[in-house]
Amino acid sequence: MDKYVCNVCGYVYDPEVADPDNGVNPVTKFGDLPDEWECPICGASKDDFDKE
Amino acid sequence: MKPVEIAKEIYDVGVNDWNIRDFHGYSTHMGTSYNAFLIIDEKITLIDTVKKDFADQLIDNISQVVDPKKIDYVISNHTEMDHSGSLARVMHRIGEDKPLFCSKMGEKNLSRHFHKKWNYRPVKSGEELNIGSRTLTFLETRMLHWPDSMFTYLKEDKILFSSDAFGQHYAGHEKFDDVIGDAIMPHARKYFANILLLYAPLILKLVEKVTELGLEFNMICPDHGILWRKDPAKIIGAYVEWSKQENTEKKAVIVYDTMWHSTERMAEAIVSGLSEEGINVRPMKLREWHRSDIMTEVMDAKAVIVGSPTLNNGLFPTVSDFLTYMKGLKPQNKIGTAFGSYGWSGESAKLIHKELEAMKFEMPDQGLRLQYVPDKEGLEQCAELGRKIGKAING
Repeated sequence: MDKYVCNVCGYVYDPEVADPDNGVNPVTKFGDLPDEWECPICGASKDDFDKE
Repeated sequence: MKPVEIAKEIYDVGVNDWNIRDFHGYSTHMGTSYNAFLIIDEKITLIDTVKKDFADQLIDNISQVVDPKKIDYVISNHTEMDHSGSLARVMHRIGEDKPLFCSKMGEKNLSRHFHKKWNYRPVKSGEELNIGSRTLTFLETRMLHWPDSMFTYLKEDKILFSSDAFGQHYAGHEKFDDVIGDAIMPHARKYFANILLLYAPLILKLVEKVTELGLEFNMICPDHGILWRKDPAKIIGAYVEWSKQENTEKKAVIVYDTMWHSTERMAEAIVSGLSEEGINVRPMKLREWHRSDIMTEVMDAKAVIVGSPTLNNGLFPTVSDFLTYMKGLKPQNKIGTAFGSYGWSGESAKLIHKELEAMKFEMPDQGLRLQYVPDKEGLEQCAELGRKIGKAING
């Protein structure tokens, strides 16, 4: 499953880990994240992410 | 430094670090200051602290205004240790249970610095805190320049406590822009080039947001250097210009190092080629110039030309250092090229070329390598490379 990297701070979204602190449980594909999801480190939007 | 009353009952209780010359790899030839602000109101509020080594001075400065135990609230705009380092001492002195306001990331980051269960009060953008006759509004500024960074805005006095943004590494008795004048601008520019350049797109967004919110500023108070009270719009305008990175000046920087002067002679010949094209060119040898001073020149240059001898099949170490540093700061909209002298294998120019390409520089030439000491023909090739880059700059 593809990982995505934040262009602002370098955080890597890993679907296997997901973002449980913000209500996103593993396993969640990047494409399945809600539109309003933000980078948990820097608050960047999904548009600021690229496939690793 | 004694406390300075910057507005009625608002004090800068920070300290000057006169003699620091290496600030985590940034050359601070005029030292720096760590500013911290004390607001006397119904709830006495301290905004940020200072580097740990100066905790005694901070406590002493606070004591000259008010008994530190009387501080009700502490605000941490930024968790980096030049601003949070004295927090443990301050909290111990004023009472570990006193509310500590910071961003959500600020709480996480402070916990990982100090490992204390303080009375954290995480705040979000737009949240307000009433301290009596005054209201503080928080504005999260994530990645400007850490995930925890935020601004605190004092509504009634129209004062922005901007954390590291708009700061300068400068220690002096002058505390305000109208006292020091334009002499502060090169320090502000260097700070931007070395700390904030990579976040230029975020800065443009933030300025847009602040304009939309209609915030007015009588004073901008950064955590380093002088405070902007005469014309706060000037430093905001400068940030916008620097962030755009339009690089309209016809300027080139040649960054190089040399072992037996051959790469240096190549650099000089490239300088002459660029000069013929009317380019303002500055050659900077890495063992003579600090990387942070070079980066300041790189910021508004249109072309960055990098030269290295080949040492043991690779780059000269200072050149690797600089390339790593520049890459992290993500300069935009640059033209680049590579050059270097070599003995037998000659990898350096190709390695530099690859690095500059990875930084998305426009590369009009494959770069130039010459074996051992350049002859007349070799130097002419260098001058030609300079002319070619000059023409690319001139468009």
